[in-house]
Amino acid sequence: MADKLYVGVSPHIHSRESVSKVMWAVCLALIPSGIAGVFIFGLSALRVILISILSCVCTEALIQKSRGKKITIADGSAVLTGLLLAYNLSSSVPFWIPLAGGIFAIAVCKQAFGGLGANIFNPALAARAFLLASWPKQMTGFTKPFSLDAISSATPLVILKEQSAKSLSDLGLSYGDLFLGRRGGCLGEVCVIALLLGAAYLLWKGYIWPQAPAGFILSLGFLSWVFSPQGFFKGDFLFSILSGGLILGAFFMATDYVTTPLTKKGQLVFGIGCGLIAFVIRRFGGYPEGVSYSILMMNAAVPLIDRWVRPRRYGVSKNR
Amino acid sequence: MKRLFKEFTKGIIIENPTFGLVLGLCPTLAVSTSVRNALGMGLAATFVLICSNIIISSVRRVIPNQIRIPCFIVIIATFVTIVEMLMKAYFPALNVSLGIFVPLIVVNCIVLGRAEAFACKNPVLPSLFDGLGMGVGFTLALIIIASIREVLGAGKFLGFHLIKGFEPIGVMVLAPGALLTLGFLIGLVNYLNGKKVTRNRPSEARENGCK
Repeated sequence: MADKLYVGVSPHIHSRESVSKVMWAVCLALIPSGIAGVFIFGLSALRVILISILSCVCTEALIQKSRGKKITIADGSAVLTGLLLAYNLSSSVPFWIPLAGGIFAIAVCKQAFGGLGANIFNPALAARAFLLASWPKQMTGFTKPFSLDAISSATPLVILKEQSAKSLSDLGLSYGDLFLGRRGGCLGEVCVIALLLGAAYLLWKGYIWPQAPAGFILSLGFLSWVFSPQGFFKGDFLFSILSGGLILGAFFMATDYVTTPLTKKGQLVFGIGCGLIAFVIRRFGGYPEGVSYSILMMNAAVPLIDRWVRPRRYGVSKNR
Repeated sequence: MKRLFKEFTKGIIIENPTFGLVLGLCPTLAVSTSVRNALGMGLAATFVLICSNIIISSVRRVIPNQIRIPCFIVIIATFVTIVEMLMKAYFPALNVSLGIFVPLIVVNCIVLGRAEAFACKNPVLPSLFDGLGMGVGFTLALIIIASIREVLGAGKFLGFHLIKGFEPIGVMVLAPGALLTLGFLIGLVNYLNGKKVTRNRPSEARENGCK
């Protein structure tokens, strides 16, 4: 009888989810967009993706080995960082850009802070910011979709920023093109359909909450509609949502477990803040696209948000 | 003699103003974009440190305690003015590239910190060696940071191109590069003499500095 009595501390009921299971699920959800990217931009996109993942995984293994820690590359977090980093790059970058980006993402943005769970900033986005500040020339050359000999083209947002086009038809694009990804841009951000497919899978499994992406997309769309260059309430709501890296950022990077608030309310605040900053950068800033910087800035505000939306403890009355 | 030598060496390694005491970060971050700037800044600060330490320590008995800080500042500002005029006369290019950070040596934490923590309590000769050691330590730290930043961020060392075909990491000569380099170097220094510091000198470094 004695060995039948177990004494343990709560929690007693575990879901069968684990960190590595979630990480691999997010990787899986990103695969359709990767396939679309390779289809649109050719095999050079695949090359960027593979170098980026390899660079991240090798850096993680090397650092953990040199510090005498358990090597945790099998949990998929380094693979996910590499995948996200590659999706934020143009397919025409030289091979050492994803290589350097992967090393920076893992060594400086993740392991220097103490590894998975301790990093303040999203490693993939921080690495992108590092690459963009270091090699702006290589980072802003984009390839025209479905071109065999890699003709360079600007992203729709760049063209809009330079005021050479006023509306979608001036760009020679339709909403369908934007949905399918027939435009210049980073290799993982262009195909909105594929991204939405992956996002739907994650939402259905409950791995991400809709608060952060919804807050992000709706606030950016709303602000772009109200405060457009053509005048109040004349902006193109759908164009501003579909044309940049918003869908990728909102569903896959503003929902990162480590660098976003812990509660649903906090995630909503996080998403709206991201939308506001991204809009300000797009409309008034020097860069055509502000999604990545907006997420990084809100990453820094996460401890504040978490303190503000701290949930009520069970059994404690609201007005103390 | 042995004591003087100790006063000299402590500023270079254990109480290095940049890596040990973490003082004077504003000029450290701002001028360490090239080795030439770092050397100029380090030598200027060393000169001010030595001279102000000598004068402050020799007049330490006649300065009223309540107004000692303004007195220190006046003495330090005198030497900074000398440095600035000398630099304008003989190294105009260096003066332009260091800019506002030459006059700002007046409010440099290291200079005031040494005056407050050492020179106003010790005789002239140890103060001289303290100033010299701190100055050399500051210069060395600046040169180390600047070497890393200039080589990585511009592909040059002292203005000479190093490797052909190397695309410099532009961010290293910008502000983030300064903070990254400094952070990793402080981490490295703490790692290297970590055990020694925690066992023998628990918080001396913190008590010595100005805020």
